[in-house]
Amino acid sequence: MEIFRYLTDLINRVHYLQDIKGQDWRGAQYLLEELLKLKERPYEIGEKKLEEILKGLASRLELLEERAAQELTPYEIVKITRNPQRFTLLDILDNVYDSYTELGGEGEINIDPAVVCARAMISRRVGNKVYMHQVIVIGHEKGHGEEYRTGGSAKPWGNEKALRYMRVAETEGIPIHFYVFTPGAYPIEDYPGAAQQIARNLYFMAKLKVPTVAFISEGGSGGAEAIALADMRLMASRGYYSVISPEGAAAIEGKVKEGQRPPRELIEFCARQLRITAEDNLRFGTIDRIVPEPPLGARRNDYQFFKRLRYEMIRATDEVVLRTKSLRAFRSYALRRQKEEASPPEEFDLYIRWDLSEIEIEKLLEIRSKKYRALSSWAVQEKKSSLKSYLEKTHDLGSRVYHDVRYGVLKQGQKMIQRFMEELSGEGAVILKQVTEPLKVAYDLLAVKRRPRVRIVSSEEQAIEEMGELYVSPLALEDRTVTCPNAEKYGCPDLWVPDLYGEFCGVCPNCGYHFPLEYEWYLRNIFDAGSVKEFNQDIASGNPLGFEGYEKRLAQARRRSGRDSGIITFQARIGGIALVAAMLIADFRQGTVGVAEGEKFIRACDRARVMKRPFLAFIHTTGGIRIHEGTLGVVQMPRCTMAVREYIDAGGLYLVVYDNNSYAGPVASFLGCSPYQFAIRSTRIGFAGPRVIRETTGEDIPPDYHSAENALRRGHIQGIWDRRELRKKLYQALLTMGGKNLYYR
Amino acid sequence: MAFDHQEINKLLQQLRANPYRYHVVTTPHTGYLRAFLVKEGDKVIGPRGKWLEKPGTKLFVLERERNEKIIRAPLEGEVYKIYQNLLGKFVEAYQPVVEIRHALTQEEIIAEILQRTLHIVRAPEKARYFLAPQLAQRLEKKGLGQVLIQPGEEMLIMSFMKRETPVIHQGKPMVVFRIFFSRQQMVEQGAPLLGLCLPEEVPYIEKLISRVKEEWPSQSA
Repeated sequence: MEIFRYLTDLINRVHYLQDIKGQDWRGAQYLLEELLKLKERPYEIGEKKLEEILKGLASRLELLEERAAQELTPYEIVKITRNPQRFTLLDILDNVYDSYTELGGEGEINIDPAVVCARAMISRRVGNKVYMHQVIVIGHEKGHGEEYRTGGSAKPWGNEKALRYMRVAETEGIPIHFYVFTPGAYPIEDYPGAAQQIARNLYFMAKLKVPTVAFISEGGSGGAEAIALADMRLMASRGYYSVISPEGAAAIEGKVKEGQRPPRELIEFCARQLRITAEDNLRFGTIDRIVPEPPLGARRNDYQFFKRLRYEMIRATDEVVLRTKSLRAFRSYALRRQKEEASPPEEFDLYIRWDLSEIEIEKLLEIRSKKYRALSSWAVQEKKSSLKSYLEKTHDLGSRVYHDVRYGVLKQGQKMIQRFMEELSGEGAVILKQVTEPLKVAYDLLAVKRRPRVRIVSSEEQAIEEMGELYVSPLALEDRTVTCPNAEKYGCPDLWVPDLYGEFCGVCPNCGYHFPLEYEWYLRNIFDAGSVKEFNQDIASGNPLGFEGYEKRLAQARRRSGRDSGIITFQARIGGIALVAAMLIADFRQGTVGVAEGEKFIRACDRARVMKRPFLAFIHTTGGIRIHEGTLGVVQMPRCTMAVREYIDAGGLYLVVYDNNSYAGPVASFLGCSPYQFAIRSTRIGFAGPRVIRETTGEDIPPDYHSAENALRRGHIQGIWDRRELRKKLYQALLTMGGKNLYYR
Repeated sequence: MAFDHQEINKLLQQLRANPYRYHVVTTPHTGYLRAFLVKEGDKVIGPRGKWLEKPGTKLFVLERERNEKIIRAPLEGEVYKIYQNLLGKFVEAYQPVVEIRHALTQEEIIAEILQRTLHIVRAPEKARYFLAPQLAQRLEKKGLGQVLIQPGEEMLIMSFMKRETPVIHQGKPMVVFRIFFSRQQMVEQGAPLLGLCLPEEVPYIEKLISRVKEEWPSQSA
């Protein structure tokens, strides 16, 4: 029986090898056939002889496996990660934790079977004593081939469930262990919406008041980020963490038509270029540590690996906790840990409690913020002389002091006095009223002439109406007509271009369809004349991954747009209200977000916080995260969300306005987390485009699936604005949402 | 009798002789006809997809004020005639440009015959409709084409926002031959609900349908 099991195991190993390296790799098929032959008639050969034969075959297989491990390409690592024999979250729960209770569903009977949440216990032996730690485990469950797990693609409500149990962990003050096993989020817009829910998760995780550790095996872009903003990010040595699947990248790079598969070489090329392996990610700083696996990856029965993972998870949580306590304790702990790197011991030399005091929580959040702000900062390219940067720094400091005094000290004092006066005059008025009331009634009776009513003059209305000469788009210079896309449906007449882009502001007067306009139109017509002052123009998009052939396209984008990045950050005024704004533009690589864009966005956000101004994110277009920057692009999602969270927590007013097309990463992070999101009519907002949805879910979607109307219907946005009224609407929004204390709460 | 047998025979003969419908594609507005994008005899397809989101075959280019508009085929068929003489010329609105010959499918022919032969009860309002319980019971027992309804009898119940109104049969006693709606379906105003016919016409219509089914291959075949 034992030998039969051994034979089956060998067959499985050959299958596994074939899955990774290909069917006929170095005679693997021949080996498999031999093993299968043996399996057919094990009893005829005799146990002893069979054992001998198997030993010979096993040593051949081992040799093959060694060879395979030496020559692993990034795409083969992707295949290891996706193999159904690989360990999954439930295997981890069984083998790493001592006991667990699944929350929010079990197996198929579940809110979303692709997301598993559990309350678990993990034990630590110190000497003869065993200590139990309580944790909440949240992660993706790929399953071993079960259809209902959707391969670990979390549905929007699955991510919502994850968020719910993060809240539970926060209430109970216990750490969270996140396990990322996802090829990407399930791209559907049904409420709460793929993008919007990921954004909400990120927003919450940015200031989650418990220690968090994430372990990444398969990190597919936004879907991974939904549960990966953690204090410590570990990664399996045979895992991958990427902005897009190599197949997806190859389809884009090779401009492959829908339904066709990109060539294998192109997929291999993209997998190499995207820098998706654990080593690459560690080098770029997007993860903190690699958890070693067996050379060909850990499978579900690799108990040695689970032991290692258990050690790593406990150590990582310890480190996160110790950092908040004292630097010295942390240092000595880290040193000890380094010694243990090669062979982790069974026992731990000390017990560390994982609960934090109020002060420690503050410290934890501060460290987390610093960690994410520093991510990918090495890749920021800034063309600036040292004198200029010195001057700017001085200016920044000056402005910080000024605004702190102006809105911090003075405004607070002023507010207190005002509040005191209001209370005093309120009480005084009541006493005075009792005396004067009879006199007033008598006077009103006798007086023939009515007192004139006080007229409130609204200077605000005037301020918003006063707009100098309108900027007219150069699109209007053509003498021809265009057809409205809704002409067949609503019978719209053809539109003469000079009229359309001039007087009509690019809006069909019949059906209200909005034709796309260049970003300059908004810059010149929405904000007060001459008030737009750009900053941080020197931060330029680069090629941090060294993606082959990308430099050329970048240069082309620069030439065409005359800009160095896909975002413009500036200070401006609307009807006299000063604000800070960031604008993602279509002209530069479709407004995709990379390191430069993320950095500029964060700096703008910080400037708004320091200057205590409302912050407007105007999205002319965004195509998502720039795939050529790999995970350095993906980490802009947590980074920017962190900045937004800190801005809002400090009392800022954050408005998002979408125009044209807004998809993927940015919507699923720093845009989707805004409480006030508006769209200009005829825009499209969503997580993934129709093609990706069709390919992932296998279902077709209606043509208006991503329309602003549907986004509003699903509750993703708060309203739809007409472009012709954008200035007025923005002004109104600033006043109503900002209220009396517009600049700051 | 509600319909003339001779007329039906004539219709069948007509359909047999010429099982096509001719669709004339006209210009939506004035302009210059710049190019034809199809030839006579070409096969063309109409809009497809679940939401008809994939447009039909390009037929010709009409230009007005330097706005080139491509006119596409509204239905499937074969280009039967092209008005070549219009090429490069200024055309008025609604001028015929291309004729498409659409081969009628079995389903379309049956629908046409039913429309001519049956007495159609249409939805008076946009609402959900249910068969009157008694009628439903009888239909369940006997099946379509067997249940006679008398004038003044309740046929349907119109239900909208919890308001229920009966639909009463008027005219001669008739047999329920077809039901065009399903339970819980929101039926638009004017859409067909029931197809009725006189009891003696039932075998005749059934025969007609089976003949059509024999003679024309179904679309799915």
